[in-house]
Amino acid sequence: MAFVRWFKRNLVVIGGLLTLGYLLLPNVIVTVFSFNKPKGRFNYEWQQFSLDAWRDPCGVADMCGSLSISLQIAVWATIGATILGTMIAFALVRYRFRARGAVNSLIFLPMAMPEVVMAASLLTLFLNLGAQLGFWTILIAHIMFCLSFVVTAVKARVMSMDPRLEQAAQDLYAGPAQTFLRVTLPIAAPGIAAGALLAFALSFDDFIITNFNAGSTVTFPMFVWGSAQRGTPVQINVIGTAMFIVAVLFVLAGMVVSNRRNKQKA
Amino acid sequence: MASVTEAPLLAPQPDKKPPRKRGRLVPYWLLLPGILWLLIFFALPMVYQASTSVQTGSLEEGFKVTWHFQTYWNALADYWPQFLRSVLYAGAATILCLVLGYPLAYLIAFRAGRWRNVVLILVIAPFFTSFLIRTLAWKTILADGGPVVGALNTLHVLDVTNWLGFTSGDRVLATPLAVVCGLTYNFLPFMILPLYTSLERIDGRLHEAAGDLYAKPFTTFRKVTFPLSLPGVVSGTLLTFIPASGDYVNADLLGSTDTRMVGNVIQTQFLRILDYPTAAALSFILMAAILIMVTLYIRKSGTEDLV
Repeated sequence: MAFVRWFKRNLVVIGGLLTLGYLLLPNVIVTVFSFNKPKGRFNYEWQQFSLDAWRDPCGVADMCGSLSISLQIAVWATIGATILGTMIAFALVRYRFRARGAVNSLIFLPMAMPEVVMAASLLTLFLNLGAQLGFWTILIAHIMFCLSFVVTAVKARVMSMDPRLEQAAQDLYAGPAQTFLRVTLPIAAPGIAAGALLAFALSFDDFIITNFNAGSTVTFPMFVWGSAQRGTPVQINVIGTAMFIVAVLFVLAGMVVSNRRNKQKA
Repeated sequence: MASVTEAPLLAPQPDKKPPRKRGRLVPYWLLLPGILWLLIFFALPMVYQASTSVQTGSLEEGFKVTWHFQTYWNALADYWPQFLRSVLYAGAATILCLVLGYPLAYLIAFRAGRWRNVVLILVIAPFFTSFLIRTLAWKTILADGGPVVGALNTLHVLDVTNWLGFTSGDRVLATPLAVVCGLTYNFLPFMILPLYTSLERIDGRLHEAAGDLYAKPFTTFRKVTFPLSLPGVVSGTLLTFIPASGDYVNADLLGSTDTRMVGNVIQTQFLRILDYPTAAALSFILMAAILIMVTLYIRKSGTEDLV
């Protein structure tokens, strides 16, 4: 009876943890199978423990090349989308102007559109213009679909900012540029950082839009897609595991830094 | 300092907009580059695609606009099963995401305590391992004769899903169940995060008040927590349903030819068969269908101010 009561009281916790397990199970599998030594081309069945793939992560032809293309695109797409998106977010929150509603819908639509529709329509544009598909078309596409997410992230932060802080700065004879650089930007920074991080993750992981607009350029997700047909090298699991670890460390480091800052201020 | 940034959420703000006479053109200059980008690379392509969908011709001779609306009817007649499947699979995945994601969002918002950030990181971190790699991992998990299939078989779950037509025989891979499972998995974080955001905003005192008024925990949930989390439910279901209905990766990697969704058809038409008019028509039908469903849904749920 006590157990039933305990179970009832913690139903939410149990359900939540089960969902968390569902979310993390593939990552566990990816990690475990990065130590596999598969027979044949496919790495779907456990055969034998081996460190071979970890010793030589770039041992597969073209994989690390695709990884570096993906990284370059993600970095440039993040920079582009973050700058353009932050500007739009400030305009939307800080100013009243005509066509505000239209701008808002134009920002919202790319997020409410299935990726395959955007991908196909962008390809028709490029085909009609006779553009050479490759690095640049991928970059253009990535900036386009990351933009809305950056705007949303920055907007949320700027909206919760107290305008009195800027008024105070101006009362203390700070010029517009000084106010922006010393007051506005530092307060908006977490929102901009969140938007940039989101853009990086979205761009680095994008497959559908890239698949349509890449031409013969192969990004990392496209390499993985191709390998699913040809046979997946174990090194893909190594990269997947490494990404997961790097992401966790990155977020942990960010939390430590922000905690320390909060403590200093308190 | 930290409290200052949070304050506006609680205290009413005096004047949001400092009156500004100078620089009337500033907002337009701020908007210009980004909006131009979206107009040229998002809106204009839609126009090109609209024109492509009413063209006829071939790749060798070139395509011409002939206002051939027949393409739309042909596309619908040929591919209605794929459309239907997309809606059904995406709908099933959305419901599953809601059912699975709600407890976890609730756990993070109210029960995690000092573990809150850790659990949040664990929800977000898988994002950084390429979703294709993770989807391929499901091939291992759901493999024929693997532990999951074995367990489902022992529990006679497979008998039920076979009867419902979700699986066939002793396998899960290459069946609708596998595709829905993959879709649910892929879009679960898109459900959890909005749910968590709206749950987190709920004032804990409301729960205490409900308790003080002798509401049982479940009644509190039904009458207080869930209604207040509705904005999260609505945006979560949209963020899950829309991308899921256009997805073709899960259907391709985990499904078979019998589980092809409309995304698979568009991809094949566009990139392999090179029948651009049909592909354009298909993606317009998909877009229209989603816009109609989303509009109806938002009307019904009565939360217009989502974004």
